[in-house]
Amino acid sequence: MLSRVANTMYWMNRYIERAENYARFMDVNFNLSLESQPNAEEQWKPLVVITGDWPLYQSLYETVNKNNVIYFLGFDPQNQNSIYSCITQARENARSIRPEITKEVWEQINAIYFFVKDGLEKKRWKNNDPRMFFKKIKENCQLLYGILDATISRNDGWHFGKIGQLIERADKTSRVMDVKYHILLTTHQEVGGPLDLMQWAALLKSVSAYDMYRKKYGKLTAVNISEFLILDKRFPRSMLCCLIHAEKSLQEITGNTGGFSNEAEKQLGKLKSELEFIEIGDVFESGLHEYLDEFQKRLNAVSLGLYNSFFAAQAQTQIQQ
Amino acid sequence: MSKVDFTKYETTGFYDEMFKDTNDVRPSYEKFKGRLEKLSKNKLQFLQHATDRAQLSLGMTFNVYNDNQGVERILHLDIIPRIISGNDWDMLAKGLEQRIVALNMFINDIYNEQRSLKDNIIPKELVLSSAGYLKECVGLRPPENVWSHISGTDLIRGDDGNFYVLEDNLRCPSGVSYMLENREILKRTFPEVFEKLNVRPVHDYTHHLRDMLESLTKESPASIAVLTPGIYNSAYFEHAYLAQQMGAELVEGRDLVVKNDFVYMNTTKGLQRVHVIYRRVDDDFIDPLVFNKDSMLGTAGLFEAYRKGNVVLVNAPGAGVADDKAIYAYIPRLIKYYLGEEVLLPNIKTYICGEKDDCKYVLENIHTLVVKQTDGSGGYGMLIGPKSTKKECDEFLVKIKNNPRNYIAQPMINLSRVPTLTDDTIEGRHVDLRPYCLYGKDIKIVPGALTRVALTKGSLVVNSSQGGGSKDTWVLDSKTKK
Repeated sequence: MLSRVANTMYWMNRYIERAENYARFMDVNFNLSLESQPNAEEQWKPLVVITGDWPLYQSLYETVNKNNVIYFLGFDPQNQNSIYSCITQARENARSIRPEITKEVWEQINAIYFFVKDGLEKKRWKNNDPRMFFKKIKENCQLLYGILDATISRNDGWHFGKIGQLIERADKTSRVMDVKYHILLTTHQEVGGPLDLMQWAALLKSVSAYDMYRKKYGKLTAVNISEFLILDKRFPRSMLCCLIHAEKSLQEITGNTGGFSNEAEKQLGKLKSELEFIEIGDVFESGLHEYLDEFQKRLNAVSLGLYNSFFAAQAQTQIQQ
Repeated sequence: MSKVDFTKYETTGFYDEMFKDTNDVRPSYEKFKGRLEKLSKNKLQFLQHATDRAQLSLGMTFNVYNDNQGVERILHLDIIPRIISGNDWDMLAKGLEQRIVALNMFINDIYNEQRSLKDNIIPKELVLSSAGYLKECVGLRPPENVWSHISGTDLIRGDDGNFYVLEDNLRCPSGVSYMLENREILKRTFPEVFEKLNVRPVHDYTHHLRDMLESLTKESPASIAVLTPGIYNSAYFEHAYLAQQMGAELVEGRDLVVKNDFVYMNTTKGLQRVHVIYRRVDDDFIDPLVFNKDSMLGTAGLFEAYRKGNVVLVNAPGAGVADDKAIYAYIPRLIKYYLGEEVLLPNIKTYICGEKDDCKYVLENIHTLVVKQTDGSGGYGMLIGPKSTKKECDEFLVKIKNNPRNYIAQPMINLSRVPTLTDDTIEGRHVDLRPYCLYGKDIKIVPGALTRVALTKGSLVVNSSQGGGSKDTWVLDSKTKK
C-alpha cells in the first residue's frame, strides 16, 4: 500500500485511541473528584501532567481548576492532543485515505467529529456534569472499533492501523499508571490507606480494567494492579498485551516470524521481549515512575522505526515486479 | 396543515421545465407533481433538511479556499429533481456524441497534421495563441487518438425550448460524483416516485469509467491511479469518491516517483508501477520539469514518461485547447469539416473580440451581451451586460480593447427554470445541465447529469463558487410506466 496511506492509517488510529483514552480519564477523574475532596489542583493537575502537556497548559492558563482542565484536555484547539484536536485530525486523516476505508467507517468518524464540534460550540465543559459527553465519545469510539472490525479486510492497512491503536493504547496505559506517582508527589498521603486504594481502583477503571482485575486477583494492591496493567498477557489494555498484538500485526505485514528484517521489528521485538522477561518486583525496584518513563521513550523509538521502515518516502526503493 | 400547491407558481417570461403554463404541467413531471401535492409544506422542508444531513454525513463537502476558519460547505442539493423526457435525452446524447468525436479529431489534428489550419477552417493564430495549446504536445498521439476521455459539456435550454452548448469542459470536468450521490439521496427522499417512474439508472458510471481507463493500456492487470491535488482541493470529495468506487489508488504528486521514464507509487513494499493516471491536476501543475516550475502538486518526470508512452494520462495534456471560448465559436464548422454532418446541438451565437467586426459589435452593444474570458472558467472573469452597471461595463470595454484575443461575447440567454424549494415556498430558479461523456474505444454517456441551479432569485450564474446548488437529474425511459 502507499507509504503515505499506511502512515495516515497508523495515525488515524492513534488519534482515535488517544481521544477515547482522554475521554475515559476525564470520566473517571470527575467521578473521583465527587468522592474525595482534595483541592482541585491536586485532583486535576496530575491528569495534565501525565499527558505531557503540562508546560503548554501553564502557558495558557493561570490556575488549575476542573473547568480549565476539562476544556484543555477535551476541547482546546490550541492543545493538539485535546479530544477535539485528535478527532479533527483523525477525520482529516480519514478524508485523505477515504478510498481505503469503508463508507460506514467514514460516516462514523464523521459523526464523532460533528459530535465533538457541537460540544465545542455548545461549551460542554461548562456543564455541571460533563460525564455524559465523555461517555458518548467513548461509546462512539468503541462503535467505530466495532465497525472497523466488521467491515475492513485484514490487509496491510488494517494492520498498520492496528499497530497505531495498540502503541497508543500501551502508551496511555503507562501514562495513566503514572498518575499515582504524581498524586503521591503532591499530597504525601498514606500509602495503602483508604484514599490510596480508591485511587488505585479509579486508575483501574480509567482503563476499563476494574472488572477483569477483580476476577483475576480479587484484592486491590498496588503491586498486583501494576502487574496486571504492565505485564498481563491477556488483558487487552495491558502494556505487554498491546505489544504482543502489535508485533503480530507487524509480522502479518512483513511476513517475517523470527528475528527482525527492519528497524521497526527490531525495536518492537526487543521491547516486547523485555516485558516478557521481567517480574513486577524488578519494576518496583528500578522505580515504577522511572520504568514507565523509559517505556514511553522506547515506544517512541518503535514509532520512529515504523516511520523509517515504511512511511518515509522511498523507505523501500526496490521495484516490485 | 397546508399542502404543497403550485396554483400560484410563476412561469411567465422563461421556459419552465415543469410547467408549460401555470397549472399546465408537462407530461414528464405529471406523476412527480401528484406525489408532491400529497405532501405538507412542513414535510417537504423536513425532507430537504434530511438531504442536507445526508450530504454532511457522506462528507460531500468542500473547503472554501483561503478561509482560515476551515469552513466546510456542502453543495446545496435541492430535492425537486430536474426531469428530462426520454426523447429529449436521446436527442441530446446523439448531439453530444457527434460533438465529442469531432472535438477529439480536432485536437488530434492540431497537434499533428494541422489539416483544419491548412484548409483555413479555423484561423491558425487563434489556435496557436490559445492558453490551452501546449507546444510540448506536438506530435503526440494518445491511445485511440483520443485526447479528452472524460468530458462534461455544459448545456442550457433557452426560451425557445431548445438545448444549446455553452461550453465543452474537456480538461478536468468535475461534478460527476454529485450526479451519482444526488441520485442515492433522492432515492431515499422520494422512493414512491422512483417506483412509479422509469428513471434510467446512472449507478454504473464508475464501472464504465474503470473499463474505459483499463482499455487505454495493454498492461494486465492494469494499475490505475487517480491523481488529486489533495484534501484542500474543492473537488477532493469527488477524487476520493471516484477512486474508491473504481477500486483505484488515490495518489498525490508526492506519492509518485519517475524512474527511467516509468511511473511508480511509493508503497510500504517498494515501488509499484502505475499504468494509467486519471489526473485531476491541471496541465500546468502535473510536472514541474516541463510546466509550472513551482508546482508542488505534480511529479517531476511525469510528462517525459507520458511522452514515451510509458504511462497514460487521462485526460491528455493539451486537450484544453478546444476549451478556448474563441475556438468554441468554430466548433459547428469543425463538425462539418471532420464528420461531414450538420451540427446537432447548436452553439450560442458568439462574437470573437479578436476579430475586427465582431469586436466592433461587442464594444457598441456590451450592455446587452455576456462577455467571457476565453480561458476563464468557474463563472469568474465574466460580465453579464444587462445586469451590470455602466461602470462595470466600462471596465470591460477597457479590458477588451487591451487584449481582444482574450474575450468573446454572447447574447444573454435566459436559462430555463425548474421549481426550487426556498425558505417558505417553491419558485422557479435557473438551471443548466452537465452530462458526462466517456470516450475510450467507444463512447458511453450515462443517462443522467449534474443539474446546477442558481439559488439566488433571478440569478443566471449556476457555478458552485458563486452561490449555485445542484439538483438530481432524472432521465425518463421513452416509455413511462402506467
